[in-house]
Amino acid sequence: MSSNVGIVMLVHTALGRAEQVARHWARAGCPVVIHADRKVPRATWRAFRKSLADLPELRFITRHRCEWGTWGIVSASQEAAEVMLRDFPDVRHVYLASGSCLPLRPVQELADYLAERPRTDFIESATTHEVPWTVGGLDEERFTLRFPFAWKRHRYLFDRYVALQRRLGLRRRMPNGIVPHMGSQWWCLTRQTLSAILEDPERPAYDRFFRQVWIPDESYFQTLARLYSTNIESRSLTLSKFDFQGKPHIFYDDHLQLLRRSDCFVARKIWPHADRLYEAFLGDNAGIARQTEPNPGKIDRIFAKAVDRRTKGRAGLYMHSRFPNEDWENGMTSGQYSVFEGFAELFEDWESWLARATGARVHGHLYAPERAEFAGGQRVINGALSDSAGLRDMNPRAFLTNLIWNTRGERQIFQFGPADNQAISWSIAKDPNAQISVVSGAWAVPLFKSNRNFAELRREAALLQKVEHKHLDILRSPWVKARIRIWSMAEFVEAPMEPLQAIIDEIGSRQLRRLAEAPKLTELDGFGQFLQNLKNQGMHPYLMGDFPADRGLARPMPAGRRPYLVK
Amino acid sequence: MGAWQSYRLRLQRKRWRIRAFRKRRELRAIADRTAQIRPGDILVFSTLRNERVRLPYFLKYYRDMGVNHFLMVDNDSTDGSADYLAEQPDVSVWHTTQSYKRARFGVDWLNWLQWQHAHGHWTLVVDPDELFLYPFCDTRPLRALTDWLDASSIKSFSAMLLDMYPKGRLNDQPYAAGQDPLEIASWFDSGNYTITKNKRFGNLWIQGGPRARVFFPDQPERAPALNKIPLVKWDRRYAYVSSTHMLLPRGLNLVYDEWGGEKASGVLLHTKFLSTFTGKAQEELERGQHYSGSVEYKAYAATLEENPELWCKWSEKFINWRQLEILGLMSKGNWA
Repeated sequence: MSSNVGIVMLVHTALGRAEQVARHWARAGCPVVIHADRKVPRATWRAFRKSLADLPELRFITRHRCEWGTWGIVSASQEAAEVMLRDFPDVRHVYLASGSCLPLRPVQELADYLAERPRTDFIESATTHEVPWTVGGLDEERFTLRFPFAWKRHRYLFDRYVALQRRLGLRRRMPNGIVPHMGSQWWCLTRQTLSAILEDPERPAYDRFFRQVWIPDESYFQTLARLYSTNIESRSLTLSKFDFQGKPHIFYDDHLQLLRRSDCFVARKIWPHADRLYEAFLGDNAGIARQTEPNPGKIDRIFAKAVDRRTKGRAGLYMHSRFPNEDWENGMTSGQYSVFEGFAELFEDWESWLARATGARVHGHLYAPERAEFAGGQRVINGALSDSAGLRDMNPRAFLTNLIWNTRGERQIFQFGPADNQAISWSIAKDPNAQISVVSGAWAVPLFKSNRNFAELRREAALLQKVEHKHLDILRSPWVKARIRIWSMAEFVEAPMEPLQAIIDEIGSRQLRRLAEAPKLTELDGFGQFLQNLKNQGMHPYLMGDFPADRGLARPMPAGRRPYLVK
Repeated sequence: MGAWQSYRLRLQRKRWRIRAFRKRRELRAIADRTAQIRPGDILVFSTLRNERVRLPYFLKYYRDMGVNHFLMVDNDSTDGSADYLAEQPDVSVWHTTQSYKRARFGVDWLNWLQWQHAHGHWTLVVDPDELFLYPFCDTRPLRALTDWLDASSIKSFSAMLLDMYPKGRLNDQPYAAGQDPLEIASWFDSGNYTITKNKRFGNLWIQGGPRARVFFPDQPERAPALNKIPLVKWDRRYAYVSSTHMLLPRGLNLVYDEWGGEKASGVLLHTKFLSTFTGKAQEELERGQHYSGSVEYKAYAATLEENPELWCKWSEKFINWRQLEILGLMSKGNWA
């Protein structure tokens, strides 16, 4: 009951599993030709041969040394394929598999599938400059340079020799002008195509060429099949995914359902100790033959995600296996947040108004000297982040990134001013997730309202002005990536609602209407005079902009009336 | 890093190895079953003192994970820990009465044992109160991880120490031998860790968690380090420098990605805060054998007298490794 599919198996480790799989193929009537790596110890090899000696339609061929990325694997496949074509004349398709491949569907389904497509060659084959698959920078050069040194053992020589050839501008010419193609090394070819490749009178020339190509097992058959095949399906019937280093992903017991639903014929590579997988797929699976096409989409997505996680990571996360160098974070923080400077001083009940208007979580001064003023006066917040100033100031930047990470999905807003810890200035200025709005000089309002000696006020005003000036310099530097708006206080109080509306719109609050309720500006009667007094004392307050002393109250509306807005 | 710096680190590594060699005389084998160790076995190394009550669960936890052999140093226990361990078929025990502190908190002893027995093996260095957790640990044995690390040419694997604590006072729920400590200490802090890079050794320095939050808010720089590299494919030339926080050669400390990606990593669930803790803290304070003048235990003693509650409203309750992965305390990296 010889089947129309012959299996060529290349094995190098976990021979116990290879034996199981070979038996599975043979039980379904497929002839099997096995090649084992020369590195397998002789005793193991003998035991392996003996264990399979009872199978009549199984052949072993001479062992080659198969070093990864070298010619050995191709020459083993050639020889095994020759034996297959010679000894089993009924075979129509030859399937190249490895010892760690596992058939997922009943072999009969594969046989039927191939019988319906008697002239189709399943081999992934694409020209080098059209696919970005290659890992490690060598794509076209795989063919134009020579690679006599094994990458795994002689990495240094390998690299030096590549560099030398590049420097000298050495290039090889393709024999007979063939066009190099690449693809998965696991193929399934028809007798016609395969014998044409193996019996080609030009084969010695091709072999000579590919002997020094880098990873020829991914290009030899892929290239030559293009010469003879009448009908190439450029995909592999073996499900085999590669990670970002170019090594195959491995399947474990917990992939069982995923593999079942993939409807692929063969998967690779299976962890040798994945007992459940081997039991499930090599057992008696005489189900109803399904006519479905392989559909590895879900597995593709999972592995693509894994590669993404490894190469890009989660933005705004800092942990013991992700600690990006500065500017390599893919986003310093994990979400958008807003910083308001001077607004809390200018408006009464600013924080509660802002919370109502935006629906975001509004904190006080998170970098205040005594403690982090979390919303609602909490001492500890999401992620068990403490309000202790000591803990926060040990690493102000981590405090912010932790807060934003811990509250993913909820926008955070906090107040900032010149009395706060300034160590965070550069971090927020360079963060594209930050929206910073500043009314400069508003720190003077609390001083103006306080009941303190003027000499003291003057000293403090001078200090705060100096600090805020430095901070504004940072916000105006060319390295800034945050969205920043700065008004002087005089400018802002002239018409506060328009800028406010713009900021709130940008935050994207829940209601997309105009602001229904305006925050109440604090009383500023006599503020101009206060500034004038500072000036008269020799301290020049300039960050507020021009506040004429005589105007005093720089408000367009009469006092006591609630400002309202036109819809 | 310049050649000079590199040379100095090399000298330092040799110094730690010489030190480990000298400290070998302090160890006396009680049960030496190291002849059972087969090539490819996964080994656990541990130092302990008076941990009898934790040992049954500790051994079970790591046996189930697929550890093949345990190599333990008993630092003069008085509660029968050594006898218990000596009865186990897969444990080798050494005894010492010498100073824990002068063996650099046990590092010298373990460096020696690893040098002798761990060459070419995957080794896990953990304390009896540390439970190792790695991605997919509920469905894949430890060997799946080490095979994958081998295939990826990765030699060391990071696991942050995550302090677990109960809800309520520490003494409220007594711990019984053989019990899963996570049934009691099932809470943790999920997002208050800070990281700095140690330029000299290339490792990360992580602080935070409940210990920083409750015991060290005013002197946070003294809070204990939480970065650990417990799983290493050992070579006899390697040496742990300070606990399992860092190793030499320094390339082994690069367990994190610097260009935005995430490497695979695990977590060490630290179940120190059980009912056994108060007594232990008292004893350790008297012995003064711990790091930095036992500053940690002094801080505990001061706070524990008041109200030893580590739990807060924002504590997270432990569910499984996937939860920790989502919270960003560990990562699957590109292992899928």
